[in-house]
Amino acid sequence: MSDPISALSLRATHGSVQVSDTGVHGMITLRGDLASSKIRSLCKDVVGLPAPAPREVQVKGDAAVLWMSPDELLFVLPYGSVADSLARIAKVLKGQHHLAVDVSDARTMLRVDGPFAREVIAKLAPVDLYPGAFGEGQVLRSRLGQIAAAFWMSGPQTFEVICFRSVAEYAFDLLAASAAAGPVGHFPRGT
Amino acid sequence: MRLRTNGRLVAKNRPVHFTFNGKRLQGYSGDTLASALLANDQLLVGRSFKYHRPRGLVAAGAEEPNALVELGRGDRQEPNARVTQVELFDGLAARSQNHWPSLEFDVGVINAKLSRFLPAGFYYKTFMQPQAFWKHVYEPIIRASAGLGRAPETGDDHTYEHFNVTVDVLVVGGGIAGLAAALAAGRAGARVLLVEQTSGWGGRAVVDRPSIEGISAQDWVNATLAELDAMPNVDVRLRCQGAGVFDHGYALAHERLTDHAPKQGGPRQRLWRIRAGRIVTATGAIERPLSFAYNDVPGVLLAAALRDYVVNFGVAVGERTVIVTNNDDAYRTAIALHDAGLDVPAVIDARTSAKGELPEQVRALGIKVLTNSGIASVDGGKRVTGVQVCAQDGEGTVTETIPCDCVAMSGGWSPVVHLWSHCGGKLVWDEPHAFFRPDADRPPLGADGEGFVIAVGTANGHLFTAEAIADGFSAGRKAAKVAGHTRKPGQAPMGDDVAEDALTPVWIMPAQAPYKLRSKMWLDYHNDVKVSDVQLAAQEGFQSVEHAKRYTTLGMATDQGKLSNINGLAVLSNALGEAIPQVGTTTFRPPYTPLPLAAITGVARDELFQPIRKTPVHAWHDAQGAEFEPVGQWRRPYAYPRGDETVHDAVTREVVNTRENVGLLDASTLGKLIVKGPDAGKFLDMMYTNMMSNLAVGKCRYGLMCSENGFLMDDGVVARMDDDTWLCHTTTGGADRILAHMEDWLQCEWWDWQVYVANVTEQYAQFAVVGPKARQLLQAIGGMALTKDDLPFMQWASGQIGGFDVRVFRISFSGELSYEIAVAAGQGAAFWDLLVKQGEAFGLMPYGTEALHVLRAEKGFIMIGDETDGTVIPQDLNLNWAISKKKDDFLGKRGQLRSHMVDPDRWKLVGLETVDGSVLADGAYAVAEGVNANGQRNTQGRVTSTYYSPTLKKGIAMGLVKHGPTRMGEVIAFTKEGGGFVDARIVDPVFYDKDGEKQNV
Repeated sequence: MSDPISALSLRATHGSVQVSDTGVHGMITLRGDLASSKIRSLCKDVVGLPAPAPREVQVKGDAAVLWMSPDELLFVLPYGSVADSLARIAKVLKGQHHLAVDVSDARTMLRVDGPFAREVIAKLAPVDLYPGAFGEGQVLRSRLGQIAAAFWMSGPQTFEVICFRSVAEYAFDLLAASAAAGPVGHFPRGT
Repeated sequence: MRLRTNGRLVAKNRPVHFTFNGKRLQGYSGDTLASALLANDQLLVGRSFKYHRPRGLVAAGAEEPNALVELGRGDRQEPNARVTQVELFDGLAARSQNHWPSLEFDVGVINAKLSRFLPAGFYYKTFMQPQAFWKHVYEPIIRASAGLGRAPETGDDHTYEHFNVTVDVLVVGGGIAGLAAALAAGRAGARVLLVEQTSGWGGRAVVDRPSIEGISAQDWVNATLAELDAMPNVDVRLRCQGAGVFDHGYALAHERLTDHAPKQGGPRQRLWRIRAGRIVTATGAIERPLSFAYNDVPGVLLAAALRDYVVNFGVAVGERTVIVTNNDDAYRTAIALHDAGLDVPAVIDARTSAKGELPEQVRALGIKVLTNSGIASVDGGKRVTGVQVCAQDGEGTVTETIPCDCVAMSGGWSPVVHLWSHCGGKLVWDEPHAFFRPDADRPPLGADGEGFVIAVGTANGHLFTAEAIADGFSAGRKAAKVAGHTRKPGQAPMGDDVAEDALTPVWIMPAQAPYKLRSKMWLDYHNDVKVSDVQLAAQEGFQSVEHAKRYTTLGMATDQGKLSNINGLAVLSNALGEAIPQVGTTTFRPPYTPLPLAAITGVARDELFQPIRKTPVHAWHDAQGAEFEPVGQWRRPYAYPRGDETVHDAVTREVVNTRENVGLLDASTLGKLIVKGPDAGKFLDMMYTNMMSNLAVGKCRYGLMCSENGFLMDDGVVARMDDDTWLCHTTTGGADRILAHMEDWLQCEWWDWQVYVANVTEQYAQFAVVGPKARQLLQAIGGMALTKDDLPFMQWASGQIGGFDVRVFRISFSGELSYEIAVAAGQGAAFWDLLVKQGEAFGLMPYGTEALHVLRAEKGFIMIGDETDGTVIPQDLNLNWAISKKKDDFLGKRGQLRSHMVDPDRWKLVGLETVDGSVLADGAYAVAEGVNANGQRNTQGRVTSTYYSPTLKKGIAMGLVKHGPTRMGEVIAFTKEGGGFVDARIVDPVFYDKDGEKQNV
């Protein structure tokens, strides 16, 4: 066994809005009946957070739980605790139809951080990112250019982006190019 | 020429230098290239497309048909820039187009001399026969003499970007109606985007100067902008053209950021992709030319355009301007010219009387007004020298000649209805104003069944300030309300301007003009379409406006008929004896003016042109100098040439080494789907043609997947992980598609089945260790037990190898002893390195996809995409053994029972060996006797896979052949590249180790 490596080995840009690979993260996809009390309480067990409402994300430090679809959650947690958490999920949901898989290595997590981070994302994703329409606590699964991606805000001007590992370079370069091209000046300042 | 007075947009203390055809010229900051050319008396700006006639500026905006130039050099070179839309900057270099050898002297003018031999439909009439001449004679000559600017020869180093926004209200057009709409919507609290294509706000109002709210139009515009700027919910953008409107309130706007300031940093252009609740089109109107003989001579231009040049830029076309009109508005030009100290010898008015306020003002200035008059003909070649006056209701008998150097014409106005019409908004003919305007009862409909475009102001047919501004304001309020913003925006601004009398429609001047005059009345300046051409089209039976357009090329030039369409269809309807609304208009399609490809491309160029999917070992492959091939969006190593080895030799070496020692394949790209749940077995029995529910835990089975119609769509090995979990491998390109296919059935058809699917393709790096020494290598590394008994063929197990957590599948796509080992992707590179290092002692060599293909073809294994093409069923490939007869149903079962699917004449899979050992051409056909109904040679089969087999040292192939399996040993002829035939013998498709002993050791 060697230390796991992220696809981009912590690559980062410098500038007003910075794009960076945030390294390896544990991630678990859980599909099941999200209304069930067992799954709701699992959110507390696995990441210490309440279950997210539709299109929402619960974040605390590096841990998060994302609503991905009407029957899918994504847990973000320390890489090393995935196996234990999967065992915990299997135990709690024994006898209840569900699917839980480790997708930590299948994904890349990037951070876009800076005063016009919102516009950097809006250059690439065909979604409504107006501050009143999208902010902290919400999550979107959309596209960045030509690839699938999900993103949420972990601070007033910080986006966390996840995409498939195989397209990590494309995603990084795309975000970096959009950040380098500067602000658009559309969204009200300071959002 | 530059005037001493006027020029509200130019800074006369800031000269700007530029060149036109290499000539150094000077303008001022604030000029457009058009106004700067006029200031330098550069009236001649281009040549027409067909007759190469001299062309001058006709308009001042986006509708300009003539003045297209090539801008810049090198990476800034750009053909077909409209000078009216180009803002002047220091160092700008422009060149005119479509002439040879020079703008002043163009030999193409000969076409004009031959014009009576070049009538409408000339191309269709002339170049039809003989057929072979088109390709070899006509087309090359036409191509050489046509065309506008040259395509740039170097790359464009600028940045372009897209921007996605969602707004409640998109307002297109920054004239007073658009500003009023944005103001009302903004005050109501809606999210508003206001775009204006030019570099200034206020549209015509700031030139024609009505009063608004008791102050000047300019003051009102300034105050309104200040208010809009202060609203955080409103974004206003200059140099941003609303380019197109599409379904569901989607719109495109094109913003030019640094075209006018090339030294400024940042992106050059930005394409706005807008989702709007409502789209307010305040796009104004375009003045119509009048059709009189020689109305194309440089110096004849639109009256309002001339007014723009005088008022905005302080430039004029000539000293003496004759005005010709059918309406009151053009009299404003007479007043503006008079105010600027220029001579207006006469206003020629086609109407029988002109008694409105504006004509009276003009008379009071001492300017002669001639009513019931028209222009019989314009004198001059490269520039106007005078006009011949005649009675409008006559045949053109000249009553007077007026020397002049400029003619300003106005045939009335046409609302810019393009954006309204892009998505299906209908038009209504407004008889009193003689124009098409949006029919408010038939707007383009959105998903809610309501109209989502609201046309306002002059674009809605309101030519006067009071109505236009009130219309805009009310639309803004209405649009905001739809989005739930009900805050009261206050009273609509009050506008006031002088009253105007009605116009009289004039489509031909004079009304009874004979052919001699009609054949010199230009409708489409750019494409040289004249009144006589449209009349000829009507005479020849082209009654539909769409047909007449294509036959004559009316409106098909780069201006897309902005000036010519209404005049042309009026002429057509007169010729057909029908009313204008019955003839209708041609279709308005986006974009409003051409969009640069670079803007459409945005950031998607060079390495961002498309995403390239890379496996965790990609960097290693790259460092080894692998030859890559695209498989879906993945890049997979095709082969790993060593030293100066050819790719072919590398493939041969990799195949031989894998058969003799051990090969290593990066199979990470294979799709991996987890299917889990109480109904997962039942579900997979439906998905695959064979049984999967009875697969024992720990075992693997090869499966086929078909579409509902029975055609093969994917294949792969399925492994049973535990009681209710299966792992389905798909083809490299198939993971996303098959996942969507499964979800489709689960969500739409079998929503009550308890099954979940997850795509874990990229969670694992997966490597195939293949060859007789594979087991020795893995045992040398050490870890889990891998003997024949520990892990038999077609089983899997998890454990550790070399300290890595792995899942090992004993499956083989090569016919050799083979282990496919999955490891977490983040460990992939390290595990690969370990295999390579430890493999050295066993002669391990990595192999690419081509060796993989050769290995599988030697074994007669099919490949989705080679043996299948969407029309092939498993039975064609003799895969009946993989089609369960025990199951009641599976996707494709019913399709495979249809008569054509059970036809014994279907082509079936066989092996093929050329008699001379050569390699068959890929896709080659087996010929049969005779020809078909189209005179083509009959066929009886085709090659689906073909390779040189290093193992057998000859060409081997698979193909589909009619009755193939019953014709073993028969020799049939296949086509060869470059002609001729090659004989091949029909053989068993399994060329190597038919009993499968090597893979099962």
